[in-house]
Formats: sequence, structure tokens, C-alpha cells
Amino acid sequence: MSRQIPNPRWQDLAIGCATLEPGSSKYQKTGDWRSSRPVWNFTQCIKCGVCTVFCPEGCLHINGEGYPIVDLDYCKGCGICVNECWTGCIALEEEKD
Amino acid sequence: MAERKGIEVSLAIAESASACNVDCIAAYPITPQTHIVEHLSELVADGELDAEFIPVESEHAAMSACCGTAAAGARTFTATSSQGLALMHEILFIAANLRLPIVMTVANRALSAPINIWNDHSDVMTERDVGWLQIFAENGQEAADLVPICHKIAEDKRVLLPIMLNFDGFILSHVVEPIEMLSRDEVANYLPPYEPQQRLDIDHPITMGPVGMPEVYTEAKMAHEHAVRSAYGPICEHLDGFAKMFGRAYHPVESYKAEDAEILFVMMGSASETAMSWVDEVRAAGKKVGIVRFRLWRPLPVADFKKAIAGAKVLGIIDRHFSPGGPGGPVAQEVKYMMYGEKNAPKVVEVVAGLGGRDLDDDAFNNLFDKCSKVLGGGDVPPFELIQVRGGHYGKA
Repeated sequence: MSRQIPNPRWQDLAIGCATLEPGSSKYQKTGDWRSSRPVWNFTQCIKCGVCTVFCPEGCLHINGEGYPIVDLDYCKGCGICVNECWTGCIALEEEKD
Repeated sequence: MAERKGIEVSLAIAESASACNVDCIAAYPITPQTHIVEHLSELVADGELDAEFIPVESEHAAMSACCGTAAAGARTFTATSSQGLALMHEILFIAANLRLPIVMTVANRALSAPINIWNDHSDVMTERDVGWLQIFAENGQEAADLVPICHKIAEDKRVLLPIMLNFDGFILSHVVEPIEMLSRDEVANYLPPYEPQQRLDIDHPITMGPVGMPEVYTEAKMAHEHAVRSAYGPICEHLDGFAKMFGRAYHPVESYKAEDAEILFVMMGSASETAMSWVDEVRAAGKKVGIVRFRLWRPLPVADFKKAIAGAKVLGIIDRHFSPGGPGGPVAQEVKYMMYGEKNAPKVVEVVAGLGGRDLDDDAFNNLFDKCSKVLGGGDVPPFELIQVRGGHYGKA
């Protein structure tokens, strides 16, 4: 299946609904599954990076100043980073929209 | 023409799969199918068949492994029965919807409880909706012939669907019949090497079985419905091709002395052959009776069936499975679905019989024939009845 065609007709699907090209997660964004998001209090962050290691989606990265940033196109709000943070500087806030 | 030899039907099926030069067999033994995979494992171990035999820990694993090997592009064969087919249930949907051309023989057998290893159609009929093609053999020759035919159908690029080849457990599986076996060369003329349309390949990665969100699931189901229904054309083509090459003709719906019949029995599987002998006797007594059988069950050959029963006044349907507390047997349900709203539709008399190895014999046929004769004479159509039962079906002796 190519999701580059939005709302494909059944005739447009590949055999067995397969995805025929690699790298499809680049355009198949999954962040809208999220009901809450992680928010950092950088005044308490020690830049250890443990949150980026434990993120099961690999959607936490380190910015130029050494602080973690979240890619909300893929973050599902699982809260593992919140649980693993050594200083307790990450809070899980409910999505408003 | 090949020589006929006396061979157990299960072994004939295994030899036939071997003649198809299958690449992979993943299977778990279950009575009455065991001899098929047992013999295939011998053929692989003896070096007569160059294939991978995967001895798995359950039927769930067997069908899962079959999905893997078929996805990798291997010609894949397996066999099961009853509880084993039931244990495969969830993976059957996946094989179908991933469009993997697996061929599976099912030695039809009852389901527990009580524990029963003998023949009826409750295993396959509870798997009607899994999206596989489903075909029935009536004797050993047909079962052996249908193995290459099934591979040919399943692997056709217009089809690409798994197919269940049903044959009656014990009644066929454990019987020695004179069978004309096809050699590997003969089969190779009919069945070319399998060339997958798409497969798992690390150099050309694709994803099989991704998530289908609500915005795409309905379209995926429509694509599958279209695939199963439109497999009908290629199925007929490959049955015809086999007939032209080997002289044995099979059709989606088979008839026996049906042309002028007022009463037509509708049934499936090996009991049809017993019923043919019975028909000959009843015909000799001047009764216009015949038989129509579904060979193809999915896709349901509606037009062929309607053509086959044209002119009949009463249909007598024998089901070998039923839905307790429901509308009776599956064959009767589907025949009524085909007849609903038709002008001059025949009356439908339905019985459930031949459960868990109880013989479908002349008594059963006479019982149904009497019911049909009463309806033909103007009597009311009775509700479905479980016959051959001591104590009677709701007060009927």
C-alpha cells in the first residue's frame, strides 16, 4: 500500500495491502495516536540523555545545547521517559486538542 | 497415460505434492491427516524431494511457518484436520489477506467434544469465512489430481490466494484406491515453477501485513472479496487445462443424472459416490432423482449451481455440520440464499446427517427421499431435521 495516495480506493492497494517501498514511516506519521505529551523542565535537567536511550520509538533527540527534544510526529505519549528520568524533570501533560 | 496403482489416498496426496516439487512443508501430525505429512517427511529425508520439511510444535505454528515460507516465495504445502484446522484459525485469515498461495489438504473430521476422530464437515464449514479458496474431492483420484490443480490456481498471478483441498477423513484418507499417479515430469508440463509476484527479499524490502487503520481496512476487505470472487475464472481455466492435458475433467458444480430429475439431492464429498449407487437403484424403480454436488465452495459457484438445478422441483440437502440453535446446516443456508426471490425456485428440504463418522447410507438417502416426495406431492416443507438420531429430532421418530 502506498500511503502517498491519501484515502486510497481498494483498487489502489498493493496485493495483500503490502507496503512496497522501504522508509514508509517517513510519511506514515503516528504521533496522532498520542493522548498526552512529555514536557521538560530544563532547570532540573542534567543532560544525561537517559530519556533518549529508553524511548521505545527513538523519537527523542539531543539539541545543540545538549537538552532532549521530542519529535511529536512519532511520540505516542507512553511516559517511559517520565518514568526513567533521574531528576524527575519530565511531566506528562494531557493533549488539549 | 500413466499407470494405475493401488495406493492409500493419503500417500497419493503426498506423492502428488512431491510431484509438484513443493519447496516447503510445515506441518503437524493429526489424525486422519497424519500419513500425508509423515510420507512427505520420509520423501524429504530420503532425498527424493528437495524441500524443507519444518516439523513444528503445533498447527498454529504450522500455518505461521507456511505464511513465512510462502511470503519468502517458496511453493508451500501443508495438511491438517479438525482440531488442527481450528488451532490454525487466526492465521488462516492472515494467509488469505496477505494473499499467500499456500495449498493445504484438509482431511475432514468432526470436532471435539466428545472426542471424535471420524468424518464430517464441521472443521471446514466453521472456516467458511476465512477468505481461502475451498474445493472438495470425492475420491482418491480427485484428491491426488487436485493437488497440482490447487497449486496452479493459487499461484496464478490473477488469483494469489491460499486454497483448502477438502477430502473426507478415513473414508478417503485411509482407503487404498486404484489411482493414476502423475509423474513429476507430467506435473511439470502443467505446473511451471512458482514465480512470486512479490516476496520478502532483503535486497528489495517490502512490508507484508502492516497496520490497516480504519481509513483503509474496509478497502482492504473489498480488495480481498474481489480477489476471491474473481478467482472463479482462473479456477475454471485451470480445471479445463488439466482435463485437456490428462483427460480427467472437474467442474465447480458436478451433477449426476440431474437433467430430468424432479428431486435433486445436494451434497459434498465422498458420500456423493455412495449416493450415486443409490440413485441408480431408485432410478431403476422409475423415480426421477439425481445429485448435484459442490466441488468448489469458495468462491461459491452461484451461476453453475442455478444451471445445474434448473428444472428440479424439490432439493434435498444433506449437511454434515450445523449451527446449534441456528438456521440448520451451511449448505442449506447458502442454497436458500441463492434461491431467495427466484421465480419458480425449487422447494428446499434439509437434513443434517453423517456426523462424527456415522455412515451416510441408503437409510439416510431413503429418509430424505421420502421427505422430498411428500413435498413434491404438495406437502408442506418441513423444518431442518437432524436424522439418524436415536430419540428423534424434537419428537420426530
